[in-house]
Amino acid sequence: MSFFSNKEAEALKAHFSRRSLLGGLAAGGVIASPLRALAQGNGASSPEITVANAHQAPIPIIVPDFGPGVGQRIASVIAADLGNTGLFQILPGEVPPNVQPDFRALKARGARAAVAGTVVESGQLRVEMRLWDVLVGQQIQGTAYTAPVADWRRIAHIIADVIYQRLMGEEGYFDTRIAYVARTGPRRRQTTRLAIMDQDGMNPHMLTDGRWLTLEPRFSPVSEEIAFLSYAQDRPRVYTYDINSGRQRMLGAFEGISFAPRFAPHGKAIILSATTSDGGADLFQVDLTSQQRRRLTSSPGVIDTSPCYSPDGQQIVFNSDRGGSPQLYVMSASGEGARRISYGAGHYGSPVWSPRGDVIAFTRIHQGRFSLGVMNPDGTGERILTEGFTVESPSFAPNGRALTFCRQSEAGAGGAGFTSTIGVIDVAGFNEHILPTATGASDPAWSPKRR
Amino acid sequence: MKSFKTCAALGIALALTACSGDHDKHDVGGTGQDVAPQVNNAGPVPGSEADLVASAGDRVYFALDQNQISGEARVTLDKQAAWLARYPQVKVLIAGNCDDRGTEEYNIALGQRRANAAREYLESKGVNAQRISTISYGKDRPAVDGDSQDAWAQNRNAITSVR
Repeated sequence: MSFFSNKEAEALKAHFSRRSLLGGLAAGGVIASPLRALAQGNGASSPEITVANAHQAPIPIIVPDFGPGVGQRIASVIAADLGNTGLFQILPGEVPPNVQPDFRALKARGARAAVAGTVVESGQLRVEMRLWDVLVGQQIQGTAYTAPVADWRRIAHIIADVIYQRLMGEEGYFDTRIAYVARTGPRRRQTTRLAIMDQDGMNPHMLTDGRWLTLEPRFSPVSEEIAFLSYAQDRPRVYTYDINSGRQRMLGAFEGISFAPRFAPHGKAIILSATTSDGGADLFQVDLTSQQRRRLTSSPGVIDTSPCYSPDGQQIVFNSDRGGSPQLYVMSASGEGARRISYGAGHYGSPVWSPRGDVIAFTRIHQGRFSLGVMNPDGTGERILTEGFTVESPSFAPNGRALTFCRQSEAGAGGAGFTSTIGVIDVAGFNEHILPTATGASDPAWSPKRR
Repeated sequence: MKSFKTCAALGIALALTACSGDHDKHDVGGTGQDVAPQVNNAGPVPGSEADLVASAGDRVYFALDQNQISGEARVTLDKQAAWLARYPQVKVLIAGNCDDRGTEEYNIALGQRRANAAREYLESKGVNAQRISTISYGKDRPAVDGDSQDAWAQNRNAITSVR
């Protein structure tokens, strides 16, 4: 008996192959090498263009096809990556590869930058890419990439990252993935699977079989591991999942439910929440090697949950109802000096510290409606980015520029009209869009940059 | 519509499972907390989940953001305690649940707080702690579909099922 529809089942089957997942992972990566400069400028030493307030003026850039077939597909992925940020305006047009382009002609087409590329397919893919600064009239990047043909999407994401980095002055986030919970079946009893996809929603893979309720995946900052909450054997506990081997391991030995895991920035420990017999939940740090745990909070009957380290590992933001309602608190990494930082109307939850360290994203619930916002770590400067019936579980892109989150719609009688989707939004609160997923989806967690 | 039919078929399967006294809940993917009262001529098997539902009621409700045992809930839990005294071999699982107006993570703790409150009440009425285990599904196993005030009220609960 199936918990999900035929259409969903087909989608799942297509995405269930571990072989294809491993093929993509074990490919040995993409090898990049510099291209000989065509003009006088050398790509490696030329200055980067940095644009302030870029979201007010997207950078016009020409991204032509890199040739027919896979060359066309690679170019369209690059254009989609850049265009989806809202920071670039993708212009159509041709740019000849292997020669210096006519900068005056490109300028006349309104371009500020231009890409040119070729693809040679002979057993492997060899993709050559050059990035031209149209205003200055010089090459600012020239690189050749070689990789197995199956990795063509990864090459495209890596090229998009290089373009983003050269033009924005900060690292891109396109060669990344999102772990999430795939949801199928009726709302009252959804089948949930740990799943992973590229940051643009492509290449989805189901990592668990859906037998047990599965929630809250979180990426390791240093390894191909995901921490998550599994209800295996009806004993909800935090597990780690090794993406390459598929091995699962329960983390620590807790009497109550252990949940809400987050990796420490160095990746060697996890902080989590564990329920206590007095009706509360306390925060613990668990060492991944020794499995030893250290208690960080212990307020009788109080719920402390959703802990998240600051990127320097010195502080922890968390959710607590110690003051009577769920609010946000910041304390030292050793659990001392907790002070409340959320003071707006309503309840707050699921805080997550930006990898830049400058803001904390959160979920706020007021009069039955959810909103997603950011505030400074001292609680000042609260800004709401988006709102809806349910918007929650924010997770930052590795450069802190964008957030992914879960958006769910209000359900009518019998659950009619219920949808659960994964959104992405710029940290400035614009350019919100929904990622394509074959099933319902929730609990997104953005990976670090791939290696 | 296909998935709805599947769900309906599953509901029948669950009811039959409860009736036969077979408690292999893993086949239906959870705790049996959605088992509907089953009425037939023979009546429920004594000591079974269906019997618990018919004799005592399997669930108690909570106010918004609260885990206090209401007067109404006390009546139900008193009946559950009496029923458990009649069937001392039976073990139960209490599952705490929440409406979907809180975050996923906070609600897991809140649901557990509700399950604990029901457990403590049963223990205070003489039920051996060894016979009761608890779990929380947060907002992920709503008893009732939909997002009305009435649905939310029904989803803030602690549901006792026979293990």
